[in-house]
Amino acid sequence: MTIASTKQDRAAPPQSLPKGSPLGSIDTRRLGFTLLGWTVACLIFFPIFWMVITGFKTEAAAIADPSLIFSPTLESYQEVQARSGYARFALNSVAVAFGSTLLALLIAIPCAYSMAFLPTKRTKGTLLWMLSTKMLPPVGVLMPIYLIFRDVGLLDTRTGLIIVYTLMNLPIVVWMLYTFFKDMPRDILEAGRMDGATTFQEVLFLLLPLTLPGIASTGLLSVILSWNEAFWSLNLTSSKAAPLTAYIASFSSPEGLFWAKLSAASTMAIAPILIFGWMTQKQMVRGLTFGAVK
Amino acid sequence: MNKTRASGRTVGGLRTLSLQAPAVTLLLLWMLIPLGLTIWFSFQRYNLLMPGMTGFAGLENYQYLFSDPALWSAMGTTLLLVGWVLAITVVGGTLLAVLFQQDFAGRGIARVLAISPFFVMPTVSALVWKNMMMHPSNGVFSWVAETFGFQAVDWFSSLPLTSIIIIVAWQWLPFALLILLTAMQSLDEDQVEAARMDGAGPVAIFFFITLPHLKRAISVVIMIEMIFLLTIFAEIFVTTSGGPGLATTNLAYLIYIRALLDFDVGTASAGGVIAIILANIVAIFLVRMVAKNLED
Repeated sequence: MTIASTKQDRAAPPQSLPKGSPLGSIDTRRLGFTLLGWTVACLIFFPIFWMVITGFKTEAAAIADPSLIFSPTLESYQEVQARSGYARFALNSVAVAFGSTLLALLIAIPCAYSMAFLPTKRTKGTLLWMLSTKMLPPVGVLMPIYLIFRDVGLLDTRTGLIIVYTLMNLPIVVWMLYTFFKDMPRDILEAGRMDGATTFQEVLFLLLPLTLPGIASTGLLSVILSWNEAFWSLNLTSSKAAPLTAYIASFSSPEGLFWAKLSAASTMAIAPILIFGWMTQKQMVRGLTFGAVK
Repeated sequence: MNKTRASGRTVGGLRTLSLQAPAVTLLLLWMLIPLGLTIWFSFQRYNLLMPGMTGFAGLENYQYLFSDPALWSAMGTTLLLVGWVLAITVVGGTLLAVLFQQDFAGRGIARVLAISPFFVMPTVSALVWKNMMMHPSNGVFSWVAETFGFQAVDWFSSLPLTSIIIIVAWQWLPFALLILLTAMQSLDEDQVEAARMDGAGPVAIFFFITLPHLKRAISVVIMIEMIFLLTIFAEIFVTTSGGPGLATTNLAYLIYIRALLDFDVGTASAGGVIAIILANIVAIFLVRMVAKNLED
């Protein structure tokens, strides 16, 4: 079976076309869009699909002519772990992405709370200023961060990356939480206050449970951005604290050109994030555009 | 009653201050210290390989940078990269948003497939494309070309910048699609229906209703992409290392070479200042637009 033929199979999901129905033209239109939409979607997704497939091939089959007929093997997955210690890098990624996200949420929740429920004249200005810190290109401040990290011993440490990612995502996290908090009816918080709840209780027992879906998608976006970040991870880590972005980059050396292993490692590296991304795509737009597109 | 309200206000002010202080202080430090140091270093003689050479350099670093042909080449590469990727993703994203807005079988899954590349880490997408797609003899592209009787293209040696543009565009097309699709949802269906009743064809509807409706979202996409695309790094780092020659060295990669390969802190910082200025030109417009949106 060749790629071309599979693509056709995938491009035409079962379609019910009532023959001779008066709505025939609408159905042809729908069929046309179905074909076109699926073809485009499959073409865009193809490199990812191909990577997943290649991960289950042997190295010899991986560089042979493209084919979908092969006996799948988990060889590359085992090799990736045995030879390079994949788990270590994955652990770094998990620690850095989740560590920085938790820290960012912890710092951002009180800030977003006060902006949404106790707004002052300066709130808008503060929000915009936070947004503008995101506009500072990382490469513009590479030198000072690198030198500071070298002098205080944060180069190639998880702590160092966690600090950078927390600060990198803090504006987005504050901004996104702010939009979610603002959508919450204020009466509930006020009722709580009447009953004698302190600010801390109010946030912990009323605000957080009620806005949990919003907080979750904010956290997921922050995890995704940290997980996929590849400027600071490449420049600030080498062997000890290298997360998956940096580990995958090591496959770029000529002797590292093992496609099946590269594919297996890549598949494991992107799978969790791909799923997070699918789950949170709708709410992500808020965070990515700072509420400028609703 | 009045008393409590008055005191409540001061307490509120204090509370606001203490609640926002951690976030604001950290971001302030994160912005001011590196920014200040970059500007300071850019006026210093400072090379980690030559510890004896220190002191105020005035505009020397900038003069050196501007007289270096590599800077102009890198600026050109940056512009080409940003320009082409923007053109592909904005035009493609708009068309795809229209397509995925149509009602068809399995639309939800097709959408999910189409936005997936945005969630793939840059080092993975760059290496998968470089090896499995664009490899001159074993890649899928060369296989397709040979199957149809064409000459296979050696992408990274003969068209290095084009190859990078394709990879980066593949990553950012889903971003444009995701944003524009969201914007599309607020399109007034009645208006489209009315136009259709009046005999407007799909092309007219696209140009006179859809496109004007998307104008704002498109400009947001352009600005956000610009800020990220100005400093594309990882894709170049793992595929071409800026070469062959300087063919794929953009501003970010040039600064990286000066900084972590030549250890020339002064010149790298001068380059950094230029990158910051470029990004800020774009940022001003974006922040203004967001500010306007905050009011309504």
